Amino acid sequence: MPTFPEPIIDAESRPFYEAAAEGRFLIKRCITCNEPHWHPRQLCPFCFGPTEWEEASGRGSIYSYTVSGKGADSAVLAYVTLAEGPTMLTGLVDADPADLAIGQPVALSWQEAGSARVPCFAPA
Amino acid sequence: MTIRGQACIVGIFEHPTRKAVDLTVAEIHAECAAGALADAGLSHDDIDGYFCGEDAPGQGAFSMLDYMGLTKVRHFDATEAGGSSYLMHVAHAADAIAAGRCNVALVTLAGRPRTSKEPIARGPAPERAWEGPFSAATVASYAMVARRHMHDHGTTSEQLAWVKVAASHHARHNPHAMLRDVVTVDDVVSSPMVADPLHRMDCCVVSDGGGALIVTRPEIARELKRPVVRVIGTAEAAKGTNGGRVDLTHSAIAKCAPAAFAMAGIAPADIQYASLYDSFTITVLMQLEDMGFCERGQAGRFVADGGLISGVGKLPFNTDGGGLCNNHPNNRGGMTKVIEAVRQLRGEAHPAVQVPDCRLASASAIGGLLGGRHGGAVLIMERA
Repeated sequence: MPTFPEPIIDAESRPFYEAAAEGRFLIKRCITCNEPHWHPRQLCPFCFGPTEWEEASGRGSIYSYTVSGKGADSAVLAYVTLAEGPTMLTGLVDADPADLAIGQPVALSWQEAGSARVPCFAPA
Repeated sequence: MTIRGQACIVGIFEHPTRKAVDLTVAEIHAECAAGALADAGLSHDDIDGYFCGEDAPGQGAFSMLDYMGLTKVRHFDATEAGGSSYLMHVAHAADAIAAGRCNVALVTLAGRPRTSKEPIARGPAPERAWEGPFSAATVASYAMVARRHMHDHGTTSEQLAWVKVAASHHARHNPHAMLRDVVTVDDVVSSPMVADPLHRMDCCVVSDGGGALIVTRPEIARELKRPVVRVIGTAEAAKGTNGGRVDLTHSAIAKCAPAAFAMAGIAPADIQYASLYDSFTITVLMQLEDMGFCERGQAGRFVADGGLISGVGKLPFNTDGGGLCNNHPNNRGGMTKVIEAVRQLRGEAHPAVQVPDCRLASASAIGGLLGGRHGGAVLIMERA
């Protein structure tokens, strides 16, 4: 099982990690154009409109992935496309790398990262 | 060409903060951009040129273009000259506008030296808080593009290996090459896996070194004693994760190659020699498609069976041995790509790999992370 270094949290990401500590997975959506995006920003990357937090379902599918390392040290880096639309860089856990496939459904799995929790995904 | 009167400053914004406790550097850049746009009465999608100094965090222009979602940008410049940078940016923007490189240029500056001990130049990337915990290695970013290409098009590890095999066939003629032994497809696919599906031999060398180029006006070039190589087409683009609309099916080269060929007035099929950035074998496959040397999805078939070997295949590439076998100085392969293209156009490549009567050549390069934030540049050159 990989271990994750603690995220270096800044002003823009603090609300996300505070919600994560309570088990809530937040993404941001633009108030002006209504588009969701990842990673969360104060201004919408599609129109510069103001954005607001919303809770996401934690459901998604694998867009692509790669396996690094061997055996107990192996880690799976992936892009996961959320049910809400945006695709995010993340880690896949609780999965045999040989059984993974692009398009496979996955679900949110919070992982400890120092004193914080980071959003990873596991086969659904 | 004079730039006198060809560019105007139409929007300005000075951020009101003097102590940015609750703002990141990236946010300040974006808020300033939005403010200047509003002042000008222009919108987000109007921006097609971007200028920044080293205060642009993370990967500089790449990070800020992706953070701000400026996907229409077709000209950017990260000239760094301390506090004077932003005057130079205005001057360079005027040059670019006069040359037709862009219509609406954005210049931004931001930092928070009063609040944070972060370095003034190149502070942490805006995506650090989000992507840092996953510790993505450079090779892993490229591996995810390779995985996607395999899934979408049936590309195989053996096809990727052919890129390295072709480079090794060229490197054996280069006495300066780091790796001069010819390798086989079997050698590549049986080398240790680094980031699945990329093996060690899918990766370029790590080498010390450097290079330089001299560019001048045609009147001076004609007076010199060397064959004249003219630059006839250029274009550049940046590509990122696009607010979560991640698309690994093409690179930034796809966004700029058509403009470079249009400027040159030639088609991809006219190119006799191509320098293709080869940080990893997958980098070459993506450029073959993005440059228009083959159809989308066909690059694996294109490179198989020696498709890139000079004298053997359809398109001779990296006849110095490339980054895969010869040299990748300071982890930046763009310089050597231009140098080998010039050697080919001069007829000064090694005789065993020289393309006969080489009149048209291209160089293309990708800097940054192919599966994340990166830039692409294309040069098209002809022998005068």
